[in-house]
Amino acid sequence: MSKILVIAEHLDGKLNPSTARAVSAAVAIKPQAIDVLVLADNVDAIAADAARIEGVSRVLTLARAENAHPLAAVLAPQIAKAAAGYSHVFAPSTTFGKDVLPRVAALLGVAQVSDVMSVEGAHTFKRPIYAGNAIITVEADPNTTVVATIRTASWPAASNGAGGAPVEAISVDAALPSHTRFVELQSGKSDRPDLQSASKVVSGGRGVGSKENFEIIYKFADKIGAAVGASRAAVDAGYVPSDLQVGQTGKIIAPELYMAIGISGAIQHLTGIKDAGTIVAINKDGEAPIFEIADIGLVGDLFKIIPELEQALG
Amino acid sequence: MKILVGYKRVVDYNVRIQVKPDGTGVVTDGVKLSANPFDDIALEEALRLREKGVAEEVVVVGIGPADLTAHLRNGLAMGANRAIHVVTTDAVQPLTAARVFQKLIEKEQPGLVILGKQAIDDDANQTGQMLAALWDRPQATFASKVEIADGKATVTREVDAGLEVIEAELPAVITTDLRLNEPRFIKLPDIMKAKSKPIDTIELGSLGVEANDHLKTTHYAAPAKRSKGVMVKDAAELVAALKQKGLL
Repeated sequence: MSKILVIAEHLDGKLNPSTARAVSAAVAIKPQAIDVLVLADNVDAIAADAARIEGVSRVLTLARAENAHPLAAVLAPQIAKAAAGYSHVFAPSTTFGKDVLPRVAALLGVAQVSDVMSVEGAHTFKRPIYAGNAIITVEADPNTTVVATIRTASWPAASNGAGGAPVEAISVDAALPSHTRFVELQSGKSDRPDLQSASKVVSGGRGVGSKENFEIIYKFADKIGAAVGASRAAVDAGYVPSDLQVGQTGKIIAPELYMAIGISGAIQHLTGIKDAGTIVAINKDGEAPIFEIADIGLVGDLFKIIPELEQALG
Repeated sequence: MKILVGYKRVVDYNVRIQVKPDGTGVVTDGVKLSANPFDDIALEEALRLREKGVAEEVVVVGIGPADLTAHLRNGLAMGANRAIHVVTTDAVQPLTAARVFQKLIEKEQPGLVILGKQAIDDDANQTGQMLAALWDRPQATFASKVEIADGKATVTREVDAGLEVIEAELPAVITTDLRLNEPRFIKLPDIMKAKSKPIDTIELGSLGVEANDHLKTTHYAAPAKRSKGVMVKDAAELVAALKQKGLL
């Protein structure tokens, strides 16, 4: 029978919603147990959040001063030790999970399945390759631990359950290196919804034209309560910070509504939004590739259309 | 200091991939192959470190069939001092690639290994992290800025929460993000010069590494197509359509 260990992602003492999405993938395997592992300096608030997720059997905590920041070199040896007795180790396929989990897999001497989109069996998974232009079915060795990152856009967040799972502090015997040190995090903090978990996203591209012009995108997003994203072209041109980039090399998202404004729709961008519920494209070029995947398209000048949209919304 | 750079050959990023109708793979015959874009960035960064006097030698490493030599010549033309070609006809998964690099590191003793953050064919994003684990050295993934001084690398990393800065003692593994640099173009005279640069050829088996499939791919499929969309003529119609779907 399967026993799954899910590695919790957190920031500023709060559990990241990506963790509940990884739990959903674990539930799909119908395992005997799903334990969530929290590695932090102060674990209590994060563990309490994790304990509320439906389907979680136990929350295990590894509270150490060295775990204050998510350094893969420090976390991986602890996770590898904690993985003993588990058939699967899952983490969300965010920059956190992508950084730490392959390091864990190598310490365990096993391969990793990256970006699991669907679970076909305890050892059979589907994942995208070639920027999402092909989907492969892969089989992991049933005799070794399955280490996998979970593509968050493919899985709903497991809801909060009624009862809390028990929280247990554990300790592992792992030598931690001091060769890697955290210096600082410069976050592009904003009051807007988080891009990766928002139900609505408004994205701007090169067509927006300048950093100043991007205000029109922010304003419209705020009006409809949406997160703001951007194409690589807009990021490279310096209109917005890089953590807003949506696409193969940025964030892969699946909001209910995605509005692409002034974005032509390069393959690499489309990869990041393929699973969105409804895609709206506003572009002055009627031949732009974005219209091939848009559910609703409108050809025209964004600087004319956005004010009209705001007016129509009242 | 010596820098090893991973230099993978992949289907060019502009090619629209076709899945074979029988689900056995993607069509790669006659398709344009190029350097993995993240590897070009890795090589560019290594060359800049050499130009700054931080490194003396830049070595590009490729794993693949006999005809990979032409690809490695491109890396030499871009400016690498020499190349190592690990020859195998088998498909190489990240864990195998990491084990190959670990063996080469024992021999070459580099101060730094720079790899791309992911290859755009398998999109695995694993090799650098796995290598750092096997080597028991620091990793700095998704790098958008690298400074080397006093035996350590200060690396700015592109993470979901913003930009994270870490310090890694050398030797270390760095993987490159898109915004690290703009790779240089290859000039014609450099292509001629590259012909006389050395390429070491090593059989994969002679390194004591097996190219076994850790993960078996049993089926390839094209992604599900989205249903055909509709065009609206103005903002009012768009708002009405979204309201009807309950999205506004």
